[in-house]
Amino acid sequence: MTDLPMMPVPVTIKAIVEETPSIRTFYFDPGIPSSPGQFVMVWVPGVDEIPMALSSTHSITVQRVGDATTAMFNLVVGDKLGIRGPLGNGFAVSGRTLAIGGGVGVAPLLNLVTAGQVSTFLLGARTIAELLFAPVIVSACSLRIATDDGTAGRQGFVTDLMDEIDLADYDHICVCGPEIMMVKVLERLNKAGVAERGQFSLHRYMKCGLGICGSCSMDPRGLRVCRDGPVFTGIDLLETEFGKYTRDATGSRVHFPPLHPEKKDEKSGE
Amino acid sequence: MITLQPGDIDVGGVTLRNHLLLAAGVLGTTGASLQRLLKLGAGGVVTKSIGPEPNAGHHGPCLIRTECGVLNAMGLPNPSKNFVEELAPLKGEPVIVSIFGKDPEEFKEVAGWFAEHAKAFELNVSCPHAAGYGAAIGTDPETVLECTRAVASYGVPVWVKLTPNVTDITTIGLAAEKGGASAIVAINTVRGMRISTAMRRPVLGNRTGGLSGKAIFPVAVKCVWDLYAACTIPVIGCGGVSTAEDVIEMMMAGAQAVEIGTAVMDDVRVFDRIARILYAKDGADPASIVGVAHD
Repeated sequence: MTDLPMMPVPVTIKAIVEETPSIRTFYFDPGIPSSPGQFVMVWVPGVDEIPMALSSTHSITVQRVGDATTAMFNLVVGDKLGIRGPLGNGFAVSGRTLAIGGGVGVAPLLNLVTAGQVSTFLLGARTIAELLFAPVIVSACSLRIATDDGTAGRQGFVTDLMDEIDLADYDHICVCGPEIMMVKVLERLNKAGVAERGQFSLHRYMKCGLGICGSCSMDPRGLRVCRDGPVFTGIDLLETEFGKYTRDATGSRVHFPPLHPEKKDEKSGE
Repeated sequence: MITLQPGDIDVGGVTLRNHLLLAAGVLGTTGASLQRLLKLGAGGVVTKSIGPEPNAGHHGPCLIRTECGVLNAMGLPNPSKNFVEELAPLKGEPVIVSIFGKDPEEFKEVAGWFAEHAKAFELNVSCPHAAGYGAAIGTDPETVLECTRAVASYGVPVWVKLTPNVTDITTIGLAAEKGGASAIVAINTVRGMRISTAMRRPVLGNRTGGLSGKAIFPVAVKCVWDLYAACTIPVIGCGGVSTAEDVIEMMMAGAQAVEIGTAVMDDVRVFDRIARILYAKDGADPASIVGVAHD
């Protein structure tokens, strides 16, 4: 496949917007032509290269979580980054689409919103200050909000908002956020018999982004998040490692806390 | 083009389903990923190189495409002993476990964890970008001999994967043979680097790395050629193989089987794609092809 990227493309940071206390959007030039849901490998020179969702063709929206993102938060307008991408499959939608996003996971969904492809958006955050892109979303589609502390919208999880709508009304349900949130969404879709309509954007540790190193392979089918994903249907994710464990940079399994600690999870007992 | 008779083959003490193995370091970090490649037609698979301690590898960028190949400096990331659980579901499958260490003792320790699981070991004495490991020891014939001997003590076939970054690869191949290797794998990546002119710095996090893919195919053919002439144990070709024609060429140079790595990036179904062209019921006896260019 000749459309895989080669050397990182140097881009210059044109603007940095503080979206929330922990999340910033970096606007860069030149842009990276892409479809909603695709991602890029971002090279922070001297530090590392990490996968990042595109929030638009010329921006990435970043939460400070590790060495590379911390280094990014020290960058200023005029600094350069290296970008390899776009990578991955992106969302594929038509008809009526429901978007469900939590935390910085809202970033890849923003591209869908601005493309006019979202009918309803369920937006979750810990607190009102951490709500991401709410003004943009509300100008483009129907928005419902949930916060953990009730400072905006309904108090509770974004999944609680799913009770207020009829999932059968939507042809596609695009989801991105913390894995524990996405698992809860998948459980609800599955219960409603519409798991195949779900499109989940996954995050896994990645080294190459080109589908060759294998660091983002998922059990049990060996699907590569960077190349076969990052967007998978709900059906693809049932009976997989999704929600149970991920892998660190060494390839060792790192288990998530049990979703339902009161129930014995026979599949994670290895 | 020349076609081969289909069916199982025996190479270096291992029965393979065809002549096409998945090379080490490619989609080999998890058992499920290896299983996927077997289902997609690989005749056998070589795991990610496993070492004495869990290792996160180098900082990125770890891998970039070039015009006709791939440059990588992964830095031998691996889950070490935790990898044993990955192989449990692959029992009975043609799985070759790639291992590395800094000396014969470490090689022996790591091999010990997998002696029950591996159809063979492939010793990585050839990674060009890991200080103290890989090619750092694989350029010294005496160390290669000792590492091979240490792992061969388990009675499991030992393949030794050689670096092309030496003056004379046959001295290392002969050392492996003397140490009790069942086969030699040639070659690992060729040292290389790229510099981002915009950033004014090397692109790879490790600055330098190893080149694989089409660009190194002629280098690999020459190494296989030389080893076939110098050694008596089987040679397994590795380096830039991406077509059935490449497989035949590598075999004519002296390879009994080939490993395929970088071509998986362009096409995860590369094994099946090659096999459909390479094999025919009225094809030649593979033994009549191996090394035939030397006659």
